[in-house]
Amino acid sequence: MKARVRRGINAVMEWLTAMSALVVVLPLILILVFLVYQGASALNLDFFIHLPKPVGEPGGGMANAIVGTLILIGLASCLGLPLGILGGVYLAESRDRRLPWVIRFLADVLNGVPSIVIGIFAYTVVVLPLRRFSALAGGFALAVIMLPIVLRTTEELVRLVPASLREAALALGIPEWKVILRVVLPTARAGIITGVMVSIARIAGETAPLLFTAFGNRFWHQGLLQPIAALPLQIFAYAIAPYDDWHRQAWAGALVLIVMIFSSSLIARIVTKGRYSGVR
Amino acid sequence: MADGILVKQLNAWFGALHVLRDIDLTIAPGAVTAIIGPSGCGKSTFIRCLNRMHEVVPEARAQGQVLLNGEDLYGPRVDPVQVRRRVGMVFQKPNPFPTMSVFDNVAAGLRLDGVRNHALLDEAVEHALHQAALWGEVKDVLGKSGASLSGGQQQRLCIARALAVRPEVLLMDEPCSALDPIATAKIEELIVQLKKALTIVIVTHNMQQAARVSEATAFFLLGELVEFDKTTRIFTNPSDRRTEDYITGRFG
Repeated sequence: MKARVRRGINAVMEWLTAMSALVVVLPLILILVFLVYQGASALNLDFFIHLPKPVGEPGGGMANAIVGTLILIGLASCLGLPLGILGGVYLAESRDRRLPWVIRFLADVLNGVPSIVIGIFAYTVVVLPLRRFSALAGGFALAVIMLPIVLRTTEELVRLVPASLREAALALGIPEWKVILRVVLPTARAGIITGVMVSIARIAGETAPLLFTAFGNRFWHQGLLQPIAALPLQIFAYAIAPYDDWHRQAWAGALVLIVMIFSSSLIARIVTKGRYSGVR
Repeated sequence: MADGILVKQLNAWFGALHVLRDIDLTIAPGAVTAIIGPSGCGKSTFIRCLNRMHEVVPEARAQGQVLLNGEDLYGPRVDPVQVRRRVGMVFQKPNPFPTMSVFDNVAAGLRLDGVRNHALLDEAVEHALHQAALWGEVKDVLGKSGASLSGGQQQRLCIARALAVRPEVLLMDEPCSALDPIATAKIEELIVQLKKALTIVIVTHNMQQAARVSEATAFFLLGELVEFDKTTRIFTNPSDRRTEDYITGRFG
């Protein structure tokens, strides 16, 4: 009798936990369904290869915004990844206690700063001195957002590399810097790449910090010191415009953005599933 | 001929904790010296002082003299990295590099020292795997991950990795504690083979093992060297009461 009660409770709890796990990913599924439903009709080849049409003319695309978003991500990565990864290695490997503690704390605070505030910061330190909105300013703002994420995930993953591997390498008479570069980092590689992809996914959709840095542009990009289009900005502009055609394009833009983020995460997962897995 | 080690007035600390006190010991060349004693007596710390791995732990430090072939490893101009090339180490749990193949694991020490010559690496890896009695088992899977081998094979892989840089001394920190009796027997056989070319110092909790493989045995207790003598004498007729109590299982 007791065993039957236990089994019954077990079944109920298993069902409950499975449902909870499902509910967590339910919003993502609904978002995807909704985006496909609303945006698919506006998706066609034109959308990917054409500039936006002037107000009143139907058709056109968001090609400039897709390219712009890729350029902004690239810029942010060039600034943010080397700093974040090197800094993360420092936090994990340093024998000092105090400075890493302070940096860790400040990085966590920075991670919590609203992105609009980071936009204002980038406006003050890049846009004002250069007297123009620019791709560079947008990339800078995104880099500031991505930095603490890359820094902390790199630190966590370098820490996860077992001390025994470090010791094995040191005991072979390998200098510490080579141990970090050739043994520790390769072991943490898959996890670090996942962290990098998470940070890229995060900045790819940021809108607020781009409003007064990258500013947006209805034309192809014209150099890093000129305003540049970005998908989130274009989506924002189109969604609040009073034209049905633009609304459909905004949905399509959102769909493209999600698919870009989704596929980059997927590719990262596949690529890092290398021959020999280290820490994930 | 391999070189012996002369330890003079060696002291070691973890922060304020004094874990080794005034150790004097002579380790014979081309022989196996076993270190026994209860947990926490400083055995591991002692052998980690012999290749300057002790100081890798934050706040750990050591003082005294460790003379390898007459040269003080704690001398002012000595680079710990160079010391570790001459004095290799095998750890308690097998720890092959998980991102590297069997071949790359063995080649790691040479490669990271800048050796690029393929013929040289091939030869060194094969030689080290032969020495570790592993060649026959892995010669067809050199490209597979080192982590895919069995526990006993992994430990011999780690021995091969340590041997590939041609050290003069090999330190073994309870190398069989994570292995089953069959794998343990293989490693013990290997130790007997290896002492022809190397000086070996082995920490062990297994007293039969110490009796089987070593020529000399040192008994540590609470950070002090209680007794050091020929293995046969330590196990049949120890001169110190505490040694006798320990090997007969009255404590520890």
